[in-house]
Formats: sequence, structure tokens, C-alpha cells
Amino acid sequence: MSEPVYLTRAPHASGPALEESLARAAQGDQQAFARVYDAVAGQVLGVVRAVLRDPAQSEEVAQEVLVEVWRTAARFRPDRGSAMAWVMTIAHRRAVDRVRSAQAASDRERRAAVLDHAPAFDEVTEQVEHRLEREQVRRCLQGLTERQRQSVTLAYYRGLTHREVAQLLQLPLGTVKTRLRDGLIRLRDCLGVTA
Amino acid sequence: MNPRTGPGPGTAELHALSGAYALHALSGPERTAFERHVSACPPCAQEVRELTATAARLGGAVAVEPPPELRARVLRRITAVRQEPPRVPRQPPGPAGDVRAGSRRLPGLLLAACAAGLLLVSGVAVWQHREADQARRQAAETAAAQQEVMSVLAAPDARMTGGPLPGGGKGTVVVSSSADRAVFLASGLPQPPDGMVYQLWFDDAGTMRPAGLLQPEHDGGTEAMLMDGALGRAAGMGITVEPAGGSREPSSEPLAVLPFPAPAA
Repeated sequence: MSEPVYLTRAPHASGPALEESLARAAQGDQQAFARVYDAVAGQVLGVVRAVLRDPAQSEEVAQEVLVEVWRTAARFRPDRGSAMAWVMTIAHRRAVDRVRSAQAASDRERRAAVLDHAPAFDEVTEQVEHRLEREQVRRCLQGLTERQRQSVTLAYYRGLTHREVAQLLQLPLGTVKTRLRDGLIRLRDCLGVTA
Repeated sequence: MNPRTGPGPGTAELHALSGAYALHALSGPERTAFERHVSACPPCAQEVRELTATAARLGGAVAVEPPPELRARVLRRITAVRQEPPRVPRQPPGPAGDVRAGSRRLPGLLLAACAAGLLLVSGVAVWQHREADQARRQAAETAAAQQEVMSVLAAPDARMTGGPLPGGGKGTVVVSSSADRAVFLASGLPQPPDGMVYQLWFDDAGTMRPAGLLQPEHDGGTEAMLMDGALGRAAGMGITVEPAGGSREPSSEPLAVLPFPAPAA
């Protein structure tokens, strides 16, 4: 294919098909749900794995997320954002819940280890549309200040609370709050996210 | 004030939590407080939607190739999972769409506080007919008081209790140990007899400590009042009717005594 590639929209942002499939799935259409699965499973597993690291546990949680998407499909409200954003919100929250419930005992070690992890970008699929999305996000992350980027990625890809981020970076909580918000706003503008 | 444990967040601070919220970086109580805030703040809701969609893109950037077995497992599993029926909207749901039953009362409370805020603001307009300096000072004080009120209502550890008052109307008290303050919300409170005022008290193990005077602006409105003084170890609060200017100790039987709810374990 020698078609030019436009990076202004993410692959999943071309989502009326996904919204349509999700609406049908909400009515019990299992084939429609299979299409939803195909559109979101890679991203769901990706974010869960980024947060949890452990492959087996990640698959288990990803499965829970996808079944939850089926079970609660009727809750999706198109006027509140894209279907992909809805699914990814569930996936990230589930992953974060899991990591926080598991962490209690090994809290200290986890905090110590968390900064040593390589960025989560390494283990990703080489599928073209995903690669383009990844490059765009990476480019936009580069547009943040070092400190914004650090805070946002620790919170999102490591599932840390803003308090943990503050503790880890030895910063006042208010500073971290501001960085998370300013960082996301800058990302939003760079990625052209509308909701 | 201890900057670390600090008072509960004010509205401006709550607003700044939109990023942390979108990244799921808030603890449970913080998330609940923030959702309460957003449910009474449409511009915040819009920002939350956008930042949540932005966070989702961060997730999209780490997609992996799912193993084929996962697809088979999920598609098999759903055949045995009953779906939630579509929900008939009864009231605008919270920002996350999953407001739990237990937290339903608080948005109403916050709205009540906003209504009280409006009363205070309209009071400011009246003051501006007065000498400018004084008006400015009072407006600043009002804004600060409102800010304090909101910070107590939105504190992660805010607890509330309340009930009907014998003379008519309803009283609700919200206490926050982290903010070390209490807010009294009165709705439908009748005007006190001429020359009398309502006075609030903290109950310090049976000793009543004055906590400010409450003068309803008009019958039937809702008012939020930051109670004077620290919450301290007060076990409850009382409201009495006192001669104008208030009393050092209650001169009459309280209209109501509200024991504070125990802090969550």
C-alpha cells in the first residue's frame, strides 16, 4: 500500500463502526461483540500488561475487562466519549485496582522497583496501525516537560496514585496534581483529542 | 494548618484533580469527593471527558498482540454471562456513570451548598452599595468562607448526619476531621422570634462551645454555615435560640442535638 498515512486521527478514533458494534452487543449480539473484541483486545491487554507486568495475570485481568464490556455494554453513552475511551477506562481502572490490592504487602519493594522499569513501550505489537498510534503518542509525550512526562507515565503506566508519585519523586502533592493535569491537557491538545 | 495532611481540598484544588482522576491516580475517597465535585460542575465534567479520552490514548500506545486463546476464552465466557439491561435514566448519572447508591445523597448536598453560595454572593451585591473597602473585605471573607465550606463538604473524610428540626426545617451537619471543621446546612429554617437568633454549639463532652450565629436570610432557603472554631474532639453539635448577639452558654433547651457520626474505621 502506498497510500499516504495521516497521523491526525488515531486508528481507533475512526470508531463509528466500533460504537455500532458495541450498541449491538448491548442487545445481546455475540457476533457484534466479537467485532468489539477484535477492535479493542490488543489495547486492553496492552494497558493491563503495562500496569501489571505479569503476563499470566494480565491475561486474566484482560479477560475480566472484556467480559465486563459485554456485561455492561448498555452503560456505554456515546455522548460522553468514544467507545474505545470507555473500554480503555475500564481496562486501566481494573488493572490499577488489581495492582493496588496486590501491593499492600510488597509496598516498599514495589516503590523501590518501580522507577527501574523500562518504559512500557518496548513490548508492543508491531502491527502498523498500533505502531503509528504509538509513535504519535510518544511524540506527544516528548512535547511534555520532563517532569510532566515522568508524573503522567508513572501514574498511567505504573498505576501509582498521585500520592505515590509525589512520594517517589519527593514532590509536594499539589505539584504532582498540577503536573498530571497540565501534562494531560498538553497531550490532549497534541493528540487532538475531542470528547 | 499542617500542609501534609492539610484541610480537605477546596473547589479550586478539587478542580486540579481532573488529571489525577482521569489517570485513576486518586484513592477511593478522593475519587468519590472529586466525582461529587464534578457532578455539580458541568465545565469540569467536560474537562474530565477530554482528559479521560486522552488517557485512553496512552493505553492505545502500548497495544500488544493478544493470544488467540484469549479470544476463544472470552467469546466462550460471554455466552454464560448475563448482560445488564439498559438503564432507564432516572437522574443524570455521575461522571463515571457508576455512582453508587451510598454516595447519591452528597451531590444533592453539594447543590444545596451551591445554592447557599448563591445567597452569599447575592449578599455581596448588596454590600457593594456600601463603602467600597468594606465591601471588598467582606466579599473576600465571604469567598474564603465559601471556600472553607466547600473544602469541608468535599473532604475525603467528610461525614454527615442530620434530620428534621422540631420548629420546622431540616438541619444537616457535615464534619471533616482532616479539615478539623464542621459545616451546618439548614434548609427551611423559620425566622427566629424577634430579637432572637439561632446559635450553634459544639458539644465537647457535655460542655457546649459557641460555634456561631445563624440568621436565616429568608424562610425556606438553604444555608451553609462554616461553624466557628475547630472541630477538635467535639462529639456533636447543638442548635439553640438565643437573644440577638448570642450567648456564652446555651440559655435555653436546644432545638436539636446532633451527635456526629463516628469516623470510618
